[in-house]
Parts: sequence; C-alpha cells; structure tokens
Amino acid sequence: MSNQGRIITYADAGVEALREEMAKDDSIVYIGQGIGPRGGNFRQTRGLWKQFGDDRLRDTGICELGATGVAIGAAMAGTRTVVDEVFLDFALEAITQIVQQAANISYMSNGKIKAPVLIRGAMGAVRNAGAHHSHTFYNWFANTPGLKVVLPSNPYDLKGLFKSSLREPGPVVLIEHKSLYNTKGDVPEDGYLIPLGDARIVREGKDLTIIAMSRMVDLAAKAAVELEQKGISAEVIDPRTIVPLDRKKITDSIKKTGKLVVIDESPSFCSFAGELLAIAVEDCFHELQVTPKRICSLPVPNPFSPVLENQMIPSVDRIVDEVEEMVSKSRRHS
Amino acid sequence: MPERVLTEHISQELLLQYYKKMLELRLFELKVQELYRNARLPGFVHLYVGEEAVGVGVCSNLRTQDLVFSTHRGHGHALAKGVPAKIVLAELWGKTTGSSGGRGGSMHMYAPEYGFMGTNGIVGAPIPLATGAALSAKLRKNGQVVVCFFGDGAVNSGSFHEAVNLGSVWNLPVVYVCENNLYATEMAFLRATKNTSVASRAAAYGMAGVEVDGQDVIAVHEAAHTAINRARVGDGPTLIECKTYRYVGHHEGDPGTDYRTREEVQQWKQRDPVKLAHKLLLDSDPANQAQLQAADQEVEQLIDQAVEFAENSPEPPANSVNDHVF
Repeated sequence: MSNQGRIITYADAGVEALREEMAKDDSIVYIGQGIGPRGGNFRQTRGLWKQFGDDRLRDTGICELGATGVAIGAAMAGTRTVVDEVFLDFALEAITQIVQQAANISYMSNGKIKAPVLIRGAMGAVRNAGAHHSHTFYNWFANTPGLKVVLPSNPYDLKGLFKSSLREPGPVVLIEHKSLYNTKGDVPEDGYLIPLGDARIVREGKDLTIIAMSRMVDLAAKAAVELEQKGISAEVIDPRTIVPLDRKKITDSIKKTGKLVVIDESPSFCSFAGELLAIAVEDCFHELQVTPKRICSLPVPNPFSPVLENQMIPSVDRIVDEVEEMVSKSRRHS
Repeated sequence: MPERVLTEHISQELLLQYYKKMLELRLFELKVQELYRNARLPGFVHLYVGEEAVGVGVCSNLRTQDLVFSTHRGHGHALAKGVPAKIVLAELWGKTTGSSGGRGGSMHMYAPEYGFMGTNGIVGAPIPLATGAALSAKLRKNGQVVVCFFGDGAVNSGSFHEAVNLGSVWNLPVVYVCENNLYATEMAFLRATKNTSVASRAAAYGMAGVEVDGQDVIAVHEAAHTAINRARVGDGPTLIECKTYRYVGHHEGDPGTDYRTREEVQQWKQRDPVKLAHKLLLDSDPANQAQLQAADQEVEQLIDQAVEFAENSPEPPANSVNDHVF
C-alpha cells in the first residue's frame, strides 16, 4: 500500500474516486436520494453537485425501484450510471431491477447490451439503527450470476476499487459499511486503481488464516494483535471483492496455515462464510488440520438494544476466544 | 364509432405499408401458435394476435435509432420495430441465429441494432428501463425518442408510478404506450382498479395523456405521431392508452375463456385491425385489390422463409453456456 502521508476519511475516499472518474468520463451520471446539494446522507457525495451540476448529480424522490431501473436503462442505452441506494437495506425496494434486469442483460442479449451501472449502498450495523437499517445481505448479490460485488474495508481500498468499478463493462454492486464512513486512512492523491478480484493480505501469519470482509477486517486485525501476544500467529486476508473472488490467494494461505476462520457480519446460514468453508474443503482438504470455523452474526434481526446488538455481531473478544479454542483443539490432536 | 377515412397524413401507400406490416405480425403469431401447439418450440409464448394496430401504428413513426422497450407479449413490437421475422423466429426456436443467440427466448429477445431494447418477462419492469434510456438520450442529445409498451396489468404496479413520475419531472423524450387489452392474465381491469381510464392517470403526473382506438392503425399512428414529436422537440413524455384486445389466451395453453365470454371475443373480432385496414383500402379504391393480394402473398412467403431459416439454423454449442455472463 502506497503511503504518501495523506489521511482522509472513507467517505471522502469515495468522493475522490467519483470526482476523478466523473471528470475523466463525462458520461457518468449519479442518481439517488439526497446526493445533490445535500452531499449524501453519509456525506458520500459531498461537493460533487457543486462541481458537476444537476444534470449529472440527479436527486430523486424516495423511489428506489424507479431510480434504480432508470439507472439501469440509461446504462443499457450507453450512459454509465451510479445509483445510490444510500442504505443497502433500501436496495430491497429495487431488487427486481438489479437481479432480473441488470444482472441478466448481458447474457439475455447474447452480449449485445451491457449495463455499466454501479449500484451503491451502505450495509451493516451502526449506532443501533435497528432491524430496518442494518442489513448485510451482500451474499445475495454474490449468488446472482452477472453481478460483481465489491466490499471495501478501508479508505485506500475504497478509492481504488470504486475507480475500477466505474470502468467495468457491466453492473457492479459496491457495498460500503456505514460505520466506516468516518474512519480514516492513507489515500494517495494519484489516480491508482485496484483491480477487482485481488485479495489483500492484511497481515501475514503462519498458524491460521482469518478471512474477513468489510468492517470485520478491522476486528480481525485487532484480534490478530491480541492473538500474537498469546503466541498465535494469524494471517488476515481481506478478499475485497466477493465476485470476482481471488480464490488463489485465499487457498494458498489456507494450505500454508492448515486452519481457516471466517469472520462475517452476515448470519452463517447460506452465507459467503459458508462458501469460503466449501472452498477450503474443495481445494485444501488434505492440508486442513482442523475443522474450519465461521464466526458470524447470530441469525436474528438486528436488535435495537446496544446490549443485544453487541451480542449479535462478532467482536474482537469473541474472535480471540474462538480462535484460541480452535488452535488448542488442533494442538491436542497433533 | 365514426367510420374511418384516410387522413391528410396517411396516404393509401402508407396504409398499404401498415396493412402489410400488421399482416406480418398476424401471420407470424399464427405460425408461432401452430409450431408451439405441435411442440416444435420450447418455452412459453404470449401472442400478440388482435393488437397489431398498436405496435405498427406506433413504430411506423420511429427511426431505426429510436428505442423500443417491450413486454412479455412482444414479438409484434420486435417485428414492428424492424427486426427481421427470421431472427425473431430463430430466437423463439433457441437457435444461434436468433436475436439473442438462443440465450433469451420469447420474453428476453434483444436487437439493439434495430433499436429494439427487449421484450421482458417482468410486468412493469421495462417502464423504468425505458425512462432511463430516455434520460440517456436527453443527456447525450442524440435526438433519440424512446417508446415503452406495457399492458393494463403494468399500470397498477409500483414500477409504473415511480418511472412515469421521473419521466415527467425530468421532461424526458419518452412515450408510454399502454396496450389496454382489458385483462392482466385473467384479471379484468375493472376488477383491478377503480379508475379504468389509464389515459386519465397522466394528469396525476402532470403530463399529456390520450386515449385512442387501438384497433385503428391510423388513429394509433396519429396519436403516436403527436406524442413522438412532442418528445423529440423536448416537450416531455406522453401516456397513450390504446384500447385493444387479444383474441388468444394470456399465453399459449390458456384458452382465455374462463374469465371472458366468447361473445366478447367475437365482438372484438368484428373490429379486427387487419381487416379494417384491408376494407379501408378497398373502399378508398377498388383497384387496390391487386396490391393487397400481392402484399398477402409476400407476407406469406416471408413467414415461410422465416420458418425455413429458423428450423435449419444451428443450436448453440453446449459448451458456450458460460459465455456473456458479465
């Protein structure tokens, strides 16, 4: 990761990616609610309306179904679009357009029509927003052929992945995490790109592989520091994009360490965490020293009570405890 | 209904063209019906029989680069927009020479090279898509007009409301054409909504709305002409309600008799769009008989050739199944 000593927020990293790409490609149009003069509910478009105006920063009423369909239709007709659902939860209002139209159009048209649309939304628990504003169902999109799914976990990755996503020929679902918008990190001013399908090794280690996505990457990294103090060396990997998936970097690590733990803010049943365990079994069966493990949110709607929500979502303590138990179990068996 | 006469815009030559196109749509669908009933075609088909004046009346105003978004009942729209019958039929047959190379079928056929942006398996879904294509046209200033066809079944969906509202507030070059055939699958429109005038809904969005006899190709052509010009000069969208009827069931296999009477079907057939145009041409000049006969023969030949082409076209290679996902 290049470090030029310039620290900006996750939200501003996204704004910067958009500013650079919209300046370079004057066909890009951004559609959503409150993304014009207001600069976005999460300040995720701050300053763009002033620079690019009403034509390209198009505020809509509250109509995710219509707005998303419009963004997809414009993309089919040759205008690259971004549609901002703001909360990923609200993409449910538009899910038919995303899954039935955007995802299928290239295939259904035999590759003659592409829909270069970026569907943007912020997922996950933040400040006890309750069940309607906290979902993490990114895995649903990953289960839909035709969609690429991007989950940036930090400002640097957000800028580079956002810019690459804005050059993709077809639909990309770019999912930020609400609790990350105000986090800060090094982000170079130059227009670097991060290709989709390139996982990041957050931290090297030799005893086990921890794979985490989005906000869970930070938790995994903190847990790895605590585990180091307990004599356990954890390798932490952030896939960064779920579709396409960097299967090689992931399986190389699992083969090296022989142990896999996945940290996922989604519930475990039918999850991406489950997919990673399946990959471990399919590709690394003989190298696995212990049953792979998932540490996921509990299968309940996000509770409002801070006590209950903290209980629901993986925590650093829970990761450390469960990893310790797993490692000691494997040592007993070896 | 006042008797139709030729108007200053519609010459006998033009009406003969529309007649011929309507006949192409009619014979195409009857051929599809026959092939389907004989289990020659896979999948599901929804036929356009009875509604030909709408597709032809509207699309006869369009240029190739103008865009059409269609429905599950869309073969007629594809043909009316200029997609060759053999390519449409090959798609229904699942062949490589079809408009989607066999990847789409009846409800997912695309021919952007003819400005045909697809049939659609999801009722209401093309309305936001067409609105978006119109936004693209407006921003790119390319002079394109977008036409969106949908049935009465779509106008009670959220997609209709949200998209038409955006099309109007953004003053987009789009024409919304509702083919009100009175039944959404089996649900009678008057049982589905209190206000059965689709055209009157335009006022709710602050845009022009007009009702037209959907069995009269000249009436449809003229209403669409006004709306398309309005869109092209930047004066925004129009909602056109075409009162029409499908002679067949909702899909092939639905006899279409459980929810409507045979008398009603017969009554609509009295005002058959193809026969009305035929009669008007003969009434205008009995000497048109020869041209009408020639047109009939030409269309029959065209359909026969389409069948031969589609039937003899290759299937897609099985190992191409993964192509074009992204």
